[in-house]
This record gives sequence, C-alpha cells and structure tokens, in this order.
Amino acid sequence: MLKILKYSFYDLIRSRWSYVYFLFYLALGFVLLFLNNDVSKAVITLMNIIIVLVPLIGTIFGVMYYYNSREFTELLLAQPIKRTSIFLGQYLGVAGSLSLSLILGLGIPFVIYGLFRSDAIFDFTLLLVTGGFLTLIFTALSFNIALSNENKIKGFGYAVLLWLFMAVIYDGLFLMSLILFEEYPLDTFSLTATMLNPIDLSRTLILLKLDISALLGYTGAVFKDFFGTNKGFLISFTMLALWTILPIWRLIHKAKMKDF
Amino acid sequence: MCIKRKLIFVLLVGMSIFGHAKTIEVCADCEAGTVKKGIAIAADFDTLLIKKGTYSEFNIQVDKPLVILGESYPVIDGRDQGEIFTVVSDNVTIDGLFIINVGTSYTEDYAAIRVVKSKNFLIQNVVLEKLFFGIYLEKSSHGRVYHNKIIGDAVEEFNSGNGIQLWYSNNIEVEQNIVQHVRDGIYLEFSDDVLIKNNISTNNVRYGLHFMFSNNDIYENNVFENNGSGVAVMFSKYIEMRNNTFRKNWGAASFGMLLKEINDAEITGNTFEKNTVGISIEGSNRIKYLKNNFSNNGWALKVRGACYGNTFSSNNFLHNSFDVSYNSKLNDNIFSGNYWSKYTGYDLNKDGTGDVPYRPVKLFSYIVNRTPETIVLLRSLFMDIIDFSEKVSPVFTPDKLLDATPLMKQIQ
Repeated sequence: MLKILKYSFYDLIRSRWSYVYFLFYLALGFVLLFLNNDVSKAVITLMNIIIVLVPLIGTIFGVMYYYNSREFTELLLAQPIKRTSIFLGQYLGVAGSLSLSLILGLGIPFVIYGLFRSDAIFDFTLLLVTGGFLTLIFTALSFNIALSNENKIKGFGYAVLLWLFMAVIYDGLFLMSLILFEEYPLDTFSLTATMLNPIDLSRTLILLKLDISALLGYTGAVFKDFFGTNKGFLISFTMLALWTILPIWRLIHKAKMKDF
Repeated sequence: MCIKRKLIFVLLVGMSIFGHAKTIEVCADCEAGTVKKGIAIAADFDTLLIKKGTYSEFNIQVDKPLVILGESYPVIDGRDQGEIFTVVSDNVTIDGLFIINVGTSYTEDYAAIRVVKSKNFLIQNVVLEKLFFGIYLEKSSHGRVYHNKIIGDAVEEFNSGNGIQLWYSNNIEVEQNIVQHVRDGIYLEFSDDVLIKNNISTNNVRYGLHFMFSNNDIYENNVFENNGSGVAVMFSKYIEMRNNTFRKNWGAASFGMLLKEINDAEITGNTFEKNTVGISIEGSNRIKYLKNNFSNNGWALKVRGACYGNTFSSNNFLHNSFDVSYNSKLNDNIFSGNYWSKYTGYDLNKDGTGDVPYRPVKLFSYIVNRTPETIVLLRSLFMDIIDFSEKVSPVFTPDKLLDATPLMKQIQ
C-alpha cells in the first residue's frame, strides 16, 4: 500500500494540477495579507474560501483522478497486490497531496507575514485542520461516487451535485425548517443538523472562534455551551473523523466486491 | 487675569493670617483624635488635615463649610456599619481619603460620601473600596467630582450599589474618575446640565453609565468597557455624546449603548468596538449620528422601531457581522456618506463616493430578526446567495433604506 501511496503521491506532486492548486492558495494568501495586512482579519476571509472551495476541489479532483488513472488501476489489479492497498493508496495519495498544497500554500504567506507573532495562530491552525478534514472527507466521497459509476459524465454529475447539496442546498433546507418550525424549541435540532453536515460543522467551529460577538444571542449561547467546551470540541472532531472513516470504509468494501 | 489671581492669593493669605481659616490636624495623638471630633471643633472654612492612619468611623456629618484633606491617604474604615460621610453644608471639599467598608442595607442606600442639598462641593482624589454606594449626590448642584477611584466588589444586582450616583443634581462635573465592579458605574436620574468627562467605567455588574430623565448633559471621552449590559440612556433630551469608547460588552442581552426614548441628541466621534450590539435604538427621534466608528460588532445598529428623523452620516462601519438590523419595513431615517467595509460598488467619476447605493440591511439580518435560531447559518454560502439576490431586488427589506453616497475610503 505504501508503495502505491508513494507512487500516487509523487505522480500528483509532479502533476500540473497540484502546482496550480498550490500556487492558487499561495497567491490567495499573499493577496489577502497584502490587502489586509492583518492576520486575524485575513483568517475570516479565508474561512469563506475554505468551506466552499476545499470541498469543491476535493470532490472534482478525486473523481478526475480516479477516472484518469483507471487503466493504471486495472494494470495494478492484475498484479498480486491486495485491492485494499491499491484503492487506499490511491485515495491517500490524492487526499495527501491536496492537503499538502492547502497547508503549504496558505501556511507560507501567513508565516512570512508574522503568524507566530500574532494571536491568530490558534484560529489559523483550526482553519487548516478543518480544511484538511474537508479534503479527506470530500475526496473519499468522490472516490465512492467514481467507484460506483462507470459512466464518467454521470460520475462528475453526482460529484458536483454532492458538493452543491452539502454547501448550498442543505443550508437552504435547514433554514426553511428553522423558519417553518420557529414556534418549537429548535436548539437540539439546529445542533444536530449542524453536526450532520461536515461543511456546516467546520463553519460553526471556526465561527465560534471568529464572529463571537454576533453569536452571543440566545442560540449562540446554546452553541457556545456545546462547541465551546472540550467535550463539544471532541464530539465535533469525532464527527469529522466519522465523516472521513465511513466513506473510506465503504470505499474499501466496494472495491473488494467490485467486478472489474 | 494675572493681577486678579494675585489679588485672590493675597486675599487668601490675608484671611489665613487673620485667622479666618485655621488648619486643624487630626491624628491619633492630636487634640482631635477622630474625624468627628475634628469637625466638631472646627470653625467655618477651616481645613481639617487628617494624618496618615486608620480611623474607624461612620455617620460622619459634615455640617459646616470645611476642607477635609487627607495626608498620604488616611483610611476611614466604616466597618460595614452604615454611611461614612454625609455632607449637608455648602462649600465642602473632601480630598485624598481612602474610604473602605461601607455598610450594606436593603432599606437604605448607604454611601461612602453622600452630599445632600448642598452647593459648590468638591470631591477629589478619593479612593473607595468595599462599598455599597460610592459617591451619592442628592439634590445638590454646582459641584465637582474629580479624579476618584472607586473599586467595588459587586456580584449581584440586588445587593450592590452604584459608583457615582446623581439624583436631582444639576450643574455637576464628573471628571477623570475610575469606576469598577459596582452595579452601575455612573448613574444619573433627574440631573440636568451635567458634564461627564474622561471617566473610565469598566467591569460593572449592570451598566457602565445609566441615565434617565436627565436633559442637556454632555458625555465626553469616557471609556465604557466590559460592563454587564453596556450603557443605557433613557427618556432624555438634548444629550451630547462625544468621543466615548464602548468596548467589549458581550452577552446575550448586551449592547454598547441602549437608546430608549432619547430625542434631539448628538452622538459624535464615538467608537463602538466588539459589542454584541453597537447601538440598540428604540423610540428615539431626531438624533444625529456623526463620525462614529463601529467595528467588529455583532450588530452595529439594531433599530427596533418608532425611530424617526435620525441622520447617520460620516460613520465608519467596519467588519460588523451585521451593519444594520431593522424590524419594520418603514423607514424615515437618513443614511448618507458613510463608509461601509462591505460595500462592493465602484466609483467611476472618482468623486470619492460610490456610484451604486449601499443597502445596509441584509435579508439575513431580517431573517435572524424573525427567527433568532437562524444565526447558526451565519457566513454560509447559501446565505450569501440569497443576500445577493435580495440586494439586486429588495423584497423583504425596506427598499428606501439605503446609503446613496457610500464613501469609498474610510474616514480617519
């Protein structure tokens, strides 16, 4: 598995897209800091980008890589290698290189602009950690989609739909139900609904660090009581980990069963 | 002017030479062993010099015009028995004392220094600790409360008192005081023509500054930070608030400043920073908001209704989660020439103002007003999309509420 991981990883590291992705984050980091010159304010802007762009790129890139390397996968399948290691290796290669681009691309400009001297370091670390989780989650989901769909167009369609649902439609439904049931106590509902979507969960985790003043209303207090404590923090990260592990487990399961 | 001063000086020296104003020393071994005794033997316009030491006394009544001067902060310990100084005479000065342990009562408002129906008093350089009420001015006028430090230990509202309280007291100057950990830092009721300047009121249980039914007052260069609910300003007319700072008033029901039934006021050059709500406005009319800075608040302005004829111009709105929230579709307030950090328009003719009007009320802030729980969707992509569509064609938000001349650059 490690060999395949290494191969996939180096293959991707050498590929143009990884560089584009890395350079995009690098440029973004520098431009943001150049315009703002304030690390903590740049972190807020960055959050918007991370929770929207990271899942999108993870999904598209995962699907693309799977379909592109299909012939190579088939070649590998002919060798005496465990299926688990082939797919897991490929997955980790993609997710790893994407995470690396994200962390290096954003990390370098922030470190140059004095991250270690600013008090935003914890917020920034949280941002990168959630960004890393989102990459892992959405790459795994996209591998699942690609594995289940032989048809490339269908696969891409589902992948985009998945992103659209998680990033936009889910919040729309969430909002509608909040407004529809406004006469009922909605604390537990909104907490659960937030936990069930990794994008919402990451957003809330970061928001509680940044927009604290707006969130200090009644609902905010409920959220702060939950996410602000160590227990809530732990549960949130367990949730993110679950979101990572479940698709990977299904990926392995599916790969074992699949008839190529 | 100079000659006049010299004349006064000569006069004063003359008075002291002719024995009109003696200095009476108060110390453990002196003729006057206690402050009470000192007051008893003093004649009008004498100076009572209290030497360093601890004096366990309470209910000290100052009933003649005296200067009570402490030397290196003598301690007056009330032993939680009741009120400490009660001034009932005109022309009294209290200077340089350290007063502790004022009694707590649920039926009487015991104060460290209470001034009753007196004029021309001066209270300065006094340090108050472990108090119930601090400096309580009752039906007094033409006085000055200057450079005092009041540090309470209030935890609950019902069993604590206010730092500086003015009740039916007019023409008073309250300057350079530091008030901490009491119920209301500075409290005014029925007090007109008062100047509150350069005070620092922080960490109080309820309000940093609280006033009601007090007209024609001026508030300048004060700092109100981290108070339970912020500053509450109610039922008053012709108020001027300039260059004050309202900071870090955080909590479910907190605000930088609450305006309720305030008319014809001017609010200029103030800074509202990191409050849950910058200014919460209710039933306040004809107020001019000029050159204020609203930065990093949850809501910069929360307008709750019945507010007419207000003008908001030349203010900076920087990085607030919501700039303005409105709960009605009716608008009679004018927004013009403000800087909004969220403004995304352009300025083709380069006159410094944007060519596209800015709409400070977002659809999301309307939704949050309706269903507070929706705040959890703050900064979600879905919200940005519906905010954008509302911006293009307003349906839910008041369509006349806009800044037609938003500035392109922040006002310094």
